[in-house]
Amino acid sequence: MLEGKAYRMADNISTDHIIPGRFFHLRSNLPELAKHVLEDADPNFKQKVKAGDFLVAGKNFGLGSSREHAALVLKLSGIGGILAHSVARIFYRNAINIGLPVVICDTHNVSHGDELHLDLRKGVVEDKTQGTTLSLSEVPQVMLDILACGGLLPYIKKYGRFNV
Amino acid sequence: MGKTLAEKILSLKSGLDAVAGRIVVAQVDLVFLQDGTGPLSIRQFEKEFKKVFDPQRVALFIDHASPSPRKELSGDHIFLRHFARKQDCRLYDVGEGVCHQLVAEELAGPGNVILGADSHTSTAGGLGAFACGMGSTDIAVALALGETWLRVPQSFKVELEGRLGKGVYTKDLALHLIGKIGADGATYKALEFGGDMASDMDISSRLTLANMCVETGAKAGLFPSDEVTREFLRSQGRENCFIPVSPDADAVYEHMIKVNVSKLEPTVSLPHAVDTASPIEEVKGMRVDQVCIGTCTNGRLPDLEVAATILKGRKCHPHTRLLITPASRRIFQEALGLGLLQIFMEAGAVILPPGCASCVGVHQGILGDGEVCLSTANRNFQGRMGNPSSFIYLGSPASAAAAAVKGEIADPREFL
Ligand code: SF4
Repeated sequence: MLEGKAYRMADNISTDHIIPGRFFHLRSNLPELAKHVLEDADPNFKQKVKAGDFLVAGKNFGLGSSREHAALVLKLSGIGGILAHSVARIFYRNAINIGLPVVICDTHNVSHGDELHLDLRKGVVEDKTQGTTLSLSEVPQVMLDILACGGLLPYIKKYGRFNV
Repeated sequence: MGKTLAEKILSLKSGLDAVAGRIVVAQVDLVFLQDGTGPLSIRQFEKEFKKVFDPQRVALFIDHASPSPRKELSGDHIFLRHFARKQDCRLYDVGEGVCHQLVAEELAGPGNVILGADSHTSTAGGLGAFACGMGSTDIAVALALGETWLRVPQSFKVELEGRLGKGVYTKDLALHLIGKIGADGATYKALEFGGDMASDMDISSRLTLANMCVETGAKAGLFPSDEVTREFLRSQGRENCFIPVSPDADAVYEHMIKVNVSKLEPTVSLPHAVDTASPIEEVKGMRVDQVCIGTCTNGRLPDLEVAATILKGRKCHPHTRLLITPASRRIFQEALGLGLLQIFMEAGAVILPPGCASCVGVHQGILGDGEVCLSTANRNFQGRMGNPSSFIYLGSPASAAAAAVKGEIADPREFL
């Protein structure tokens, strides 16, 4: 079970919003890179976000480039998980692979600051502030297993190969 | 039950009956990475593994920041070169071209499963490969194991009929299609092309269309392989890679999309989203500060030829910069041999070395505040070309050349 407060984001947040190409030269310096997380989409994000917050986005979160740095800088900023109406394919795998939970559910009625409880095993998110329960789209077992191990590398270390 | 192209290839590579929705582990024919995503892949790889699964099936590309504009990136390049030497795998260094173009010219074949640490890996689908972009950790594991897990996608069949009119190109079709499907309309799906017009398309056009499939959220974009594919492979000295791959006549598609391309007009996407396709008519007259012709979408010889037809004997508008980047060294040399580069120079263009150039905002043409660019690239997200306060329109090489001459967005048919 994960707990955190909702940090609202818009639809169509691209990997160029999360970490733009102009910081390409910082990709081998993740702490420096993370200072620029989401600065084009939400200039105060870095100051406002709290450890454990859930990013709550609209549709097609993470569209665009394959840069895994996008998922990494969100994790480094303390984001505990991502809830989105829909998630771009590569970003989805990338986040799970680094142990950052991403779930797909109807996020329309979640407000900024809502208290959220995420239960991956049961497949639900409870919005404690609004007293509602959102059900999650089904996550493939292999992704749940990767998350349970804390990411893809520990998963492969445990199983030696893909165990599907 | 009949199979789609995606189901066929993934069945072949997983040894299972790969029906849409099933999760399979597929053998991989090629794993590649580039200088933006590669260093992280390698660091992830080295945490857990020693040797790549097969050095012959691994390739590294220095194309995104190439030649390096900063010492940090030069350091990343050294890191990649060192890894390639240590693992004895192929490295395409500064000036050789964009990864997807080089993969198409030298490495990809029909029926392959290809994984690249770059979202536009789908490009090789133009040759009938199931080619799919992934992030650094997925690629790190594929480098070590030579396999990956995939959910077999449902496919959308895109039936292309008719003939493109004068001044209308595959890029216009690609933008139109993305506008129709939407930026997330095909998330997790494969787009499979068919119909008379698809069979008639040359490989360059197929690569353009497959390249842009990811802009609908798709996992892969696929063309059947046929005589056109065989001829292309022969021209690259690789006919031995050819196998015919086509979908079964009774394959099941989630969705059918029919496009009669005869009706299409020159099309552009508006800032800051790719799925905002709009007839060029509606934005005609918009002042343009910079025009870019190149990238893995439109930096091939036929693209340069079209641009040269328009630019021949004409000059760039005084307030418009024109940057032209052939997608690979081979294309650069062919353009040189045909006299195209001479035409570009006389028109006042800047010719950049083969690579990604200004596409991703790292170097070679970063836009200034408030500036407008018309690019033949595949993305126009806010900040994509290095400045969140600039505006990117996407269009065909012909529309780009026309804009360079007029200094504003213009209908290329005026010049043909
Ligand atoms: S040309 Fe642009 S889209 Fe293509 S690989 Fe390079 S940066 Fe990516």
